[in-house]
Amino acid sequence: MGIEDIRLSRRSAIGGAGALVIGLALPAAGRAQGAAKAARPIDPNAYVRIGSDDVVTVFVKHIEFGQGPYTGLATLVAEELDADWARVRAEAAGSNPAIYGNVSLGGIQGTGGSTAIASSYELMRRAGATARAMLVQAAAAEWNVPPAQISVEKGVIRHKASGRSGRFGEFAAAAAKLPAPQDVKLKDPKDFQLIGKTGVRKVDSADKTNGKAKFALDIQTPGMLTVVVARPPRFGAKIGSFDAADALKVRGVKAVKALPSGVAVYATGMWPALKGRSALKIQWDENGAEARGSEEMIAQFRAMAQKPGAVAAKTGDVDAALAAGGELVEAEYVFPFLAHAPMEPLDGYIEWDGKSALARFGSQIQTLDHAALAKALGVPMPQVKIETMLAGGSFGRRATAVAHFATELAEAAKAIGPGTPVKLVWTREDDIHGGYYRPLFVHRMRGAVKDGQVAAWANDIVGQSFAKGTPFEAMMVKDGVDFGMIEGAHQIPYDIPAFRCTVQDDPTPVTTLWWRSVGHTHTGYAVECFVDQLLEKAGKDPVAGRLAMMAKAPRAAGVLRAVAELARWNGPTAANGRARGVAVVESFNSYVAQIAEVSLDENGEPKVHKIWCAVDCGVAVNPDVVRAQAEGGIGYGLGHALYAEVPLVKGAAAVSNFNDYRSLRIMEMPEIEVVIVPSAEPPTGIGEPGVPPVAPAVANALARLGRQRPARLPMVRPA
Amino acid sequence: MTLIAPSIKCASVWGAQPGYSQMAYNITVNGTARAVDVDEDTPLLWVIRDELGLTGTKFGCGAAMCGACTVHMDGQPLRSCSLPISAVSGEITTIEAVDGPEAKAVQQAWVARDVPQCGYCQSGQVMSAVALLREIPKPTDKDIDLAMNGNICRCATYVRIRAAIHDAAKLLEA
Ligand code: FES
Ligand code: FES
Repeated sequence: MGIEDIRLSRRSAIGGAGALVIGLALPAAGRAQGAAKAARPIDPNAYVRIGSDDVVTVFVKHIEFGQGPYTGLATLVAEELDADWARVRAEAAGSNPAIYGNVSLGGIQGTGGSTAIASSYELMRRAGATARAMLVQAAAAEWNVPPAQISVEKGVIRHKASGRSGRFGEFAAAAAKLPAPQDVKLKDPKDFQLIGKTGVRKVDSADKTNGKAKFALDIQTPGMLTVVVARPPRFGAKIGSFDAADALKVRGVKAVKALPSGVAVYATGMWPALKGRSALKIQWDENGAEARGSEEMIAQFRAMAQKPGAVAAKTGDVDAALAAGGELVEAEYVFPFLAHAPMEPLDGYIEWDGKSALARFGSQIQTLDHAALAKALGVPMPQVKIETMLAGGSFGRRATAVAHFATELAEAAKAIGPGTPVKLVWTREDDIHGGYYRPLFVHRMRGAVKDGQVAAWANDIVGQSFAKGTPFEAMMVKDGVDFGMIEGAHQIPYDIPAFRCTVQDDPTPVTTLWWRSVGHTHTGYAVECFVDQLLEKAGKDPVAGRLAMMAKAPRAAGVLRAVAELARWNGPTAANGRARGVAVVESFNSYVAQIAEVSLDENGEPKVHKIWCAVDCGVAVNPDVVRAQAEGGIGYGLGHALYAEVPLVKGAAAVSNFNDYRSLRIMEMPEIEVVIVPSAEPPTGIGEPGVPPVAPAVANALARLGRQRPARLPMVRPA
Repeated sequence: MTLIAPSIKCASVWGAQPGYSQMAYNITVNGTARAVDVDEDTPLLWVIRDELGLTGTKFGCGAAMCGACTVHMDGQPLRSCSLPISAVSGEITTIEAVDGPEAKAVQQAWVARDVPQCGYCQSGQVMSAVALLREIPKPTDKDIDLAMNGNICRCATYVRIRAAIHDAAKLLEA
């Protein structure tokens, strides 16, 4: 769907008189089927509201969990509106795919794939431009002057010739009565005042520094009960029987109920709920539960990888090229289950009166959560409202195709019965034991170097598909190949005459999920380690060697050059027992290259001193948010590559909390220097693309310190 | 984290169950004396949040491993998730009321650098940073890393935390 299809279709005033509200609706083609059609807008959802107090409120269709859409989308509106940034606020929009559907996610409302800015760039600017045109029209009518003579700057509307001027708030009410223009002109990027400019501060920093920001955990209402659920430790197990007598004796525990997902304890607060839960006696029914551990699964995946799977991409004849002589290079990389472990574990609040419900939580895919809530409660979707709360991180965790959390929330409300509001809280242990992991993966790599050139590349991937059997299958799986398993491995930025990438998937009862940067979490590592290894064999410099193969990947080459310049790259050896490694990864249409400077500490563990990072994400709507996401992505990618694994033993997670699921801490955070490559391309995402290059850059540095590139992650493993 | 000897201020005893006595505890939070009627093993975190309704202090691990629940007791930072109410022996200050030149400097520096991403860990980060600056007005990177290592930020805002603490130290000097 092109932007030309997006037209203003409705305008209405909410929030009382004196407010101008702009809403745009997507044409039918941009909407999801079925459920979404049924949810044709009945209430006037909108993108921007201008109050008589001059405050411009932008309704953000994406969840804010730190990646910056509140600031980003508000910037887009404010730019075209010529608003005063100091008076711009952001608020979560409601759940309504007909208005807030994400064209990059098949039209459902949701956040993922680093698409918030890309899918909003034209749309939100158009909303801002429309509001501006209506304000100008209202002022022109009031002053009796031609609209063309009116200018707008920082929230002030001015007619120069007559010397008249007024603020937005003065004209909001009149503007709201005007018909919305069907077509508005967007600014020439050279005239931008906010987009791409430094010094545009985030809209939510103050409240996130003084404790005022409200998360789902912070919801408290009269009569509300806090719920924790005991779930089966082994994947695929169910409740057999349970005895709640002792739990019910705990002061503050009000009820114990069986839910489809486990045994729920309802209490007046979190502590009695937890005490009640530990007093439960539960027999789990482990028929059909997973009995294997990670080690058995890895052994099986490794065996499977000995044979090629479904071909995801191929050029030339790889088998012939591998057999044609030259130097054969082989590697195998093993990637563990990873939990996302967002700082705020899953939680949510719901009010259910027997006919309708209000759910307030960090909903990442509102449309699927909305449908799941309605289904579990047995009411039509319009009887359910979602209020999207700020969320304490997600990294993919709050976006599940099966909407298991929304379902559990609804089941918890249903089980206690109408009229009792409940807050469902997962603990950290629940989070780490709870599945929806980045799946296990094995990459088997074979390549050949002939006459100093990389002549052949074979990559056989085995892992678990989390898209198959879900609403995302249609989007992600084609001819049996799940794109989410191979992205980044089947199209690499290097010209190699004989290339093949294959994939096999092995379903298990262990629930798995996308994890910040999805397939690139493992393909980035496998590809960038292996190309480095091949270049080492060919006797080439890691940067120059890559560039020589990147004729067809100009933007990837661009960031590689930029990072080499930023770090004053002069080969992989650095002074003081340090070495440097490089990696470049395209993900979600953004390009990131990183150089890591690494040494080994007294325990032989990698110590990462500095990361240089070059980013090309098209127009950087807010350069400081782009930098922040690059920094955070590096920290997130590095922490997991160094330390994190959820090992399964006999079908259950063998780690529980941050003591054994080790997180990056400030001491391990390297210095970071980021350069944003100037670009006029439309903006692409930055929430995820900072993650993939860091682990291979560190591994490639380790290879120059006399270590192997770690064949199994995490790099630091308990003895 | 400071370890505190229990000093139970028992106001009344309820029908107890084995192993846990229940009573009203008198604690001072943000300058106000409060009586709370909870089990003796109730962590201060849940008293602050569920009983007193002060929700700025967060829950991240419940096991003294992440720092999201950091508050001050008599000015010293501690992990409220792991201090039972029966062991509270001093005045508690939470993010809602932390004040003074160090707090002002830290919060100003935090906003100026747009430190927070999701923001969920930041109450705890701010409380730890304020305590650090009260102890060491001009900390080195090393001092910062040592003082802040108990505060996890899953969004990894660490480079900005370091920079903002230096900024705050400069603000205090001025
Ligand atoms: S919640 Fe207290 S340290 Fe994590
Ligand atoms: S800002 Fe998200 S955990 Fe620190």
